[in-house]
Amino acid sequence: MISSSSNISPHSKRDDLLSGSVRFLALTAGGLLLLVIAFLFYESWPALHHIGLTRFFSDPDWYPTDNSYRLTSMVWGTIFASTGAVLLASPLAILSALFCHFYAPPLLSRWFRRMVELLAGIPSVVFGFWGLVVLVPMIGHWHPPGPSLLAGILILAFMIMPTIMLVAHTSIAHVPLAYIHSASALGFSRWSMMWHVILPTTKVGIFTGILLGLARALGETMAVLMVCGNVVQTPSRLFDPIRTLTANIALEMGYALGDHRAALFMSGLFLMGLVVLFVSMAEGLRHRNTYVATK
Amino acid sequence: MGFSSFFIFALRVILISHFLWTFPPWEYPIARAEGTRLIISGSSTMAPLVSEIGKRFETLHPGNRVDVQTGGSSRGIADAVTGLADIGMASRALKPQEAHLFGSVIAYDGITIILHRDNPVKFLTDVQIRDMYTGTITNWKTVGGNDAPTLVVNKAEGRSTLELFLHFFNLQNRDIHAHVVIGDNEQGIKTVAGNPHAIGYVSIGTAQYDATHGIPIRLLPLQHIPATIETVRKGTFPLSRPLTLVTNSPPAGLIKTFIDFAQSSQSHDLILKQYFAPLQEG
Repeated sequence: MISSSSNISPHSKRDDLLSGSVRFLALTAGGLLLLVIAFLFYESWPALHHIGLTRFFSDPDWYPTDNSYRLTSMVWGTIFASTGAVLLASPLAILSALFCHFYAPPLLSRWFRRMVELLAGIPSVVFGFWGLVVLVPMIGHWHPPGPSLLAGILILAFMIMPTIMLVAHTSIAHVPLAYIHSASALGFSRWSMMWHVILPTTKVGIFTGILLGLARALGETMAVLMVCGNVVQTPSRLFDPIRTLTANIALEMGYALGDHRAALFMSGLFLMGLVVLFVSMAEGLRHRNTYVATK
Repeated sequence: MGFSSFFIFALRVILISHFLWTFPPWEYPIARAEGTRLIISGSSTMAPLVSEIGKRFETLHPGNRVDVQTGGSSRGIADAVTGLADIGMASRALKPQEAHLFGSVIAYDGITIILHRDNPVKFLTDVQIRDMYTGTITNWKTVGGNDAPTLVVNKAEGRSTLELFLHFFNLQNRDIHAHVVIGDNEQGIKTVAGNPHAIGYVSIGTAQYDATHGIPIRLLPLQHIPATIETVRKGTFPLSRPLTLVTNSPPAGLIKTFIDFAQSSQSHDLILKQYFAPLQEG
């Protein structure tokens, strides 16, 4: 660690001011998360107190106005929809990043990237509306009823694909040229160069992109609310309608009072727990198998 | 740009957050109620209408403000009880356990079944509707329609439309076998408009407005009575509800003036524009 006293540049008051305010702002940013969690706990306390944690797992179903508060099927709905979307979007995104960098002619590559950037900027309501008007009737025609886990996975995959692709593309573009030259000098084919050199060195970047995508998929509300059907049940097929934790909050929060309201904050807490779980799992995976690229 | 200006910015942030902490926004309505502001909260069905009435009220009574917030009928009644709002909006009649409150009906609304315009079914009996919602009838063929599975659209918990529907058809929410659960009326209409085999129930006001503006839905009659504003106004439509303004004590002062104004013929055109049925012939 470098302390400012051993720096070559002369010590200045502005440095102190900067380091002070930067520290303060960093603390605020970190503190916000703690505040949010504390707030969630505070608001869901009545639910924990009156209903008890176990009933969120052991109640027969979710009919909050009828005093029944099972959340597990919505936890599964959230997990299935977001992991499905990540599994579908990641290979597509990584392959299109590779295409964009190694195969596409420069002009096409530039336009392709620009289009994907535009895709990343489309608001989720627009995705949801498109899903409701085009995708859901299409699935309904093929395999009724239409609003389903599949529709949710597809919409979420569309939404997170650009994020993963852009992050992957950026980290691929930052692979030191020397690596590529060495691979060529060793007579690697283009495919084995990508498989054995590019992907291992960009693993961290690609993983970060996937993590960002997963976080967006977990937290997405509006689009999922519009295409998933919102029926509270654990899906057994891709064509079953599901309700996610986020959709549950959005659907019922405006109309909930008392324990019902606290139970909705509880679903927020469950969602937070899911995010923490996924992020720490991903962190663990990331530290386990990455080669550190030494420059 | 110096760092000191940045520091000042940070200071401002702290000061503002301190101010918000000392005077939290959720306490503002109480402070406002003492002035010439009316806080009205509750039913999302009524909110657009009441805020239109409020706008006209403001121009006729300068110096007064009418703030309309939504949150559902239960919230409206709870806010009227706690005093968080001067007037609560409830798109249903007061329940027996709410008899200590004072309700003033300003208009009527009906709830009806909607289908896609391409669905050949023109009429459903109460029993057929009940059977479709409980999952006993799962194909339109059974009720004289095409050979296609039904798509049952239900409302999310806590909405008064759901409560009224369940009560009318003598159902429990657990009995309903839904394929889609929706939030507001518009989402329900979009779902039905997008699927020729869907069946849903929404407020007549919203449905009639959308149907006359090119959305491919059809309003079904209930017990052979067509779902229109006229039948709701005459009181012959079986599934209708009063749009009620609720107060904690007998209306007085500005609150009474507003309620009288909302009930008077001066707001009839606003009520009709929202496809609700006003009290008297207007």
